[in-house]
Amino acid sequence: METMRDRFIDVTGELLDSDPRLAVVLADISAAGFVAAAERHPDRVVNVGIREQLLIGAAGGLALTGMRPIAHTFASFLIERPFEQVKLDLGHQGVGAVLVSASGSYDWPAGGRTHMAPGDVALLDTLPGWSVHVPGHPDEAETLLRHAAADGDSLQYVRLSVHGNGTARPVRPGRFLTVRRGSGAVVLAVGPMLDAVLAATEGLDVTVLYAATVRPFDAAGLRAALGGRADVVLVEPYLAGTSANEAHAALADLPHRVLGLGVPREEHRHYGSIPEHLAAYGLDEAGLRARITGFLG
Amino acid sequence: MTTATHTERRSGAQYGFSDLPDLLSLMTGAEKHGPAATSTLDVLWVLYDRVLRVSPETVGAADRDRFLLSKGHGPMAYYAVLAAKGFLAPELLASFGGYDSPLGHHPDRLLVPGAEIGSGSLGHGLPLAVGTALGLRAQALPDPAVWVLIGDAEFDEGSNHEAVAFAGAAGLERLHVVAIDNSSATHGWRGGIAARFEAEGWSTETVDGRDHEALYRAFTAPHPGRPHAVVARVEPKNS
Repeated sequence: METMRDRFIDVTGELLDSDPRLAVVLADISAAGFVAAAERHPDRVVNVGIREQLLIGAAGGLALTGMRPIAHTFASFLIERPFEQVKLDLGHQGVGAVLVSASGSYDWPAGGRTHMAPGDVALLDTLPGWSVHVPGHPDEAETLLRHAAADGDSLQYVRLSVHGNGTARPVRPGRFLTVRRGSGAVVLAVGPMLDAVLAATEGLDVTVLYAATVRPFDAAGLRAALGGRADVVLVEPYLAGTSANEAHAALADLPHRVLGLGVPREEHRHYGSIPEHLAAYGLDEAGLRARITGFLG
Repeated sequence: MTTATHTERRSGAQYGFSDLPDLLSLMTGAEKHGPAATSTLDVLWVLYDRVLRVSPETVGAADRDRFLLSKGHGPMAYYAVLAAKGFLAPELLASFGGYDSPLGHHPDRLLVPGAEIGSGSLGHGLPLAVGTALGLRAQALPDPAVWVLIGDAEFDEGSNHEAVAFAGAAGLERLHVVAIDNSSATHGWRGGIAARFEAEGWSTETVDGRDHEALYRAFTAPHPGRPHAVVARVEPKNS
């Protein structure tokens, strides 16, 4: 089955053909997928080897010359390892880039903690100006990638995962999508969490919103979806509560409650599979239903 | 105040190397010319006076040479040279470090005219310079030279070693490093800094960092197909 990462490689190769401003910077991860693109554009597909500080620094330098760099590797090595480069070599220099990660929070549980980055979005939240896209399907990944690449000199993060939903949704960057209407609480499902949220809330009188872009946070969309009380459940495929500040800011003038569900801070020193990890985190259908109904009372 | 009067009189005129101490003194308010503050002074002067093809009129030109001050610590010499060459108004120097001043104790490219990067955290300039060289090559701009200034202690940062190895392998011949060696690295670099660059395929020169003619020759030495590193040795920091 085609993954979001497969689609990223195909779409980016095509974008390189049509936009001479784009350049791709790699640190060995996915380099095999870019061989054909590199043959067509040897100066615009650069593999720096296993050097993630240089990956981001070189992206910053490319942007300083007016180009639009797309830097890619696993989230652990794209955001966490070179975080100071992300902070200083892009935003602080006044230049932008598109960072595209793979592997997310729990894509390869057998690989263990070294390849898990549930804190990436929270880390980017410490910096100004980042847009953050968390698609739940390869089609959505394509839409958001094309938007990110074309969006001037902005700072864009596209977070790809092998965990996804069965069908693509008609996402628009920066807008939440109403997937199910109810009169009670709002449950906001981010990216790959939608299918489990829909199953877990079956028969409940709640509105389900879908977010494939979480930054900027669609505060107006959230407010428009509120029922009689401002009760909100966030279900995110990275650190629990990552978007709680955004939800609180959106509801600052209202009495409100926010429940943040997601990947726990505690390390789960288990290997195994994605479903096993989602169940352990309480993010499978049964876990979500128990926690959401408990919160709603 | 004699210094300020002197500087104002020279405003708009061409400054020479001998004027730099006066410009520097505007930032400290005193005659403070310790080696730590001025280890970069001769290198910066020779580059801006004789090597770099960039001027206040061309700071935004696509084909300008780029100079990236990676060692953002102690930037007074840099600001003095930028002022001497007309990028900065000399009157700004007295505001050094002030709230409304563009001149911080580490430079910010969005505030300082002519500064290619904001720096202060060590080890960022060379990776940014690698990307700059890649970007110029990808845009078919083969002429502009990219220069980055690092310190010998800054060379301790691992990010530099990622960049040195890659630039050598990629043959980025428009990339140039000048490393100011004032023996300030805690553990030193056995065999000298140049050996590290040579091992990765760079062209290298090690010269007296106070000798303007030697610096000029080293800066302009041909290095086809290879990036070029000039190690400029000056008196030890704590001498």
